[in-house]
Amino acid sequence: MTVHITPKITLSLPSLAALMPMGLVVGPTGHIVQIGPTLAKLRPERDLLGQRFLELFELKRPRHVVNMGHLKAAAGAPLSLRFRDNPRSELKGLAVALEGEGGLLVNLSFGIAAVEAVGTYQLSSSDFPATDLTVEMLYLVEANAAVHAVSQDLLSRLDSAKVAAQEQAFTDTLTGLRNRRAMDMVLGRYARRRDSFALMHLDLDHFKAVNDTLGHAAGDHVLQEVAKILVEETRAEDTVVRLGGDEFLMIFHNLTRPDQLTRIAERLLERLEAPIMFGTDPCAISGSIGITTSDTYTDIDADKMLHDVDMALYASKHAGRAQHTFVGEPATSEGHDTVH
Amino acid sequence: MHGLINRSIQCFLRDTYGAEAWTQIAQLSGTDEAGFEAMLLYDDAATGAVLDAAAKHLEKPHDMLLEDLGTYLVSNPQIEAVRRLLRFGGASFVDFLHSLDELHDRARLAVPDLDMPALEMRDHGGGAWSIAVTHPHPGFGHVMVGVLRAMADDYGALVLLDHQGRVDKAEIIRVELLEASFAEGRDFHLGLRAS
Repeated sequence: MTVHITPKITLSLPSLAALMPMGLVVGPTGHIVQIGPTLAKLRPERDLLGQRFLELFELKRPRHVVNMGHLKAAAGAPLSLRFRDNPRSELKGLAVALEGEGGLLVNLSFGIAAVEAVGTYQLSSSDFPATDLTVEMLYLVEANAAVHAVSQDLLSRLDSAKVAAQEQAFTDTLTGLRNRRAMDMVLGRYARRRDSFALMHLDLDHFKAVNDTLGHAAGDHVLQEVAKILVEETRAEDTVVRLGGDEFLMIFHNLTRPDQLTRIAERLLERLEAPIMFGTDPCAISGSIGITTSDTYTDIDADKMLHDVDMALYASKHAGRAQHTFVGEPATSEGHDTVH
Repeated sequence: MHGLINRSIQCFLRDTYGAEAWTQIAQLSGTDEAGFEAMLLYDDAATGAVLDAAAKHLEKPHDMLLEDLGTYLVSNPQIEAVRRLLRFGGASFVDFLHSLDELHDRARLAVPDLDMPALEMRDHGGGAWSIAVTHPHPGFGHVMVGVLRAMADDYGALVLLDHQGRVDKAEIIRVELLEASFAEGRDFHLGLRAS
């Protein structure tokens, strides 16, 4: 049979201070009778010796510790406390009973709040014992922040590059309007979110004649001027797409009222009929429009809508100059044709 | 080589010798003028090419260039982080020297794929130490001489430093501390926002 004898140790106060610079001894009456140098540094203008522990600190855990008896009962359990006066730093602690008169040895630490505390109290590495990992933690926090800053810098540059590349990928280079890829994305998004929208398909008339008689430079100029008109006659939340050649598509977000769409179509056609000047040469063009709205369908199928609006456009073309036609309505030159 | 190392070389050349010098060195070495990204990994040959081109363009020996790089890393205010992280090593220059044993592991905690040289201290007594710098690519010893010189200034210590060449795979640096507090060192507070 083995008998275990717990050896008693005696520690000088300087040794205790070196081991636990944030330690303190609470006497049997609840008053602080010894205090570590780092802890004392936290309240340089006050003498903490002789103060009542529970008047200096508020215990958050365990709760309802109001006298020395309660505090003794908390020995061995994790303590969570903070100063009652400013700055009200949070501390972690552990109390152990001292033999003899019934005092307590309490060791404190900043825990995760150390990062803030070293700044608040201007602490240096000599305020922490060599075994304490606070300084290592601060090192890691700072190393992490430095690495993070470098990564963040890289990410923001990559992001700008991505935005620029996307912008380029979604833009028609001649007119600056959106392209088919952008159209697919917008239509996909509206269909997914079940947003209501209208499609207006525009095809220029007599554009080929401009190209043939005045050359491609004139043609390009006309397309750019038309693009300007389309942007001016639509709202910022609408999407104006150049589908290719002299074909355009406008997507009106949350706008499906036929009377409003009619007004927009008429206004567009009116402006397109005004000659566009290329140098001193007037370029006379016109346009035909097909319109459909998401309200016309129970299930939104972008391909079906694009096909239908294309058919409506050709109905307009057959009906004569500067016409617009809604999907599902008979193509006639009466009714909507106000421009002559 | 890690982008942090390549990027440091690039910033050192640009900040010390000007943007034009960097452009020429980049062209001479076949490196993209935009240079290196700090968090990416590059082929080792790219680092060697830049250093060779820099030595040629600036007409400076490799060793001196690397030592200047080491000094730049610590003393350039734009990359204060390096100086601060090194100062965490200890309250005095001697504490700092002894913390170098851990530098490799410390750096890896921050950037796991950063391949820093292994440093081994030997205390010869009487204020003399030797540091063995081991890395597959020789030259880090000269960078360390620059780092140590700048850190001694930072602590206000007066030291003699001597790169004694290679023994096996290690470059040996001899450090002699003449005076621990020769001049007033620079301030260092643990808290970043300490006033």
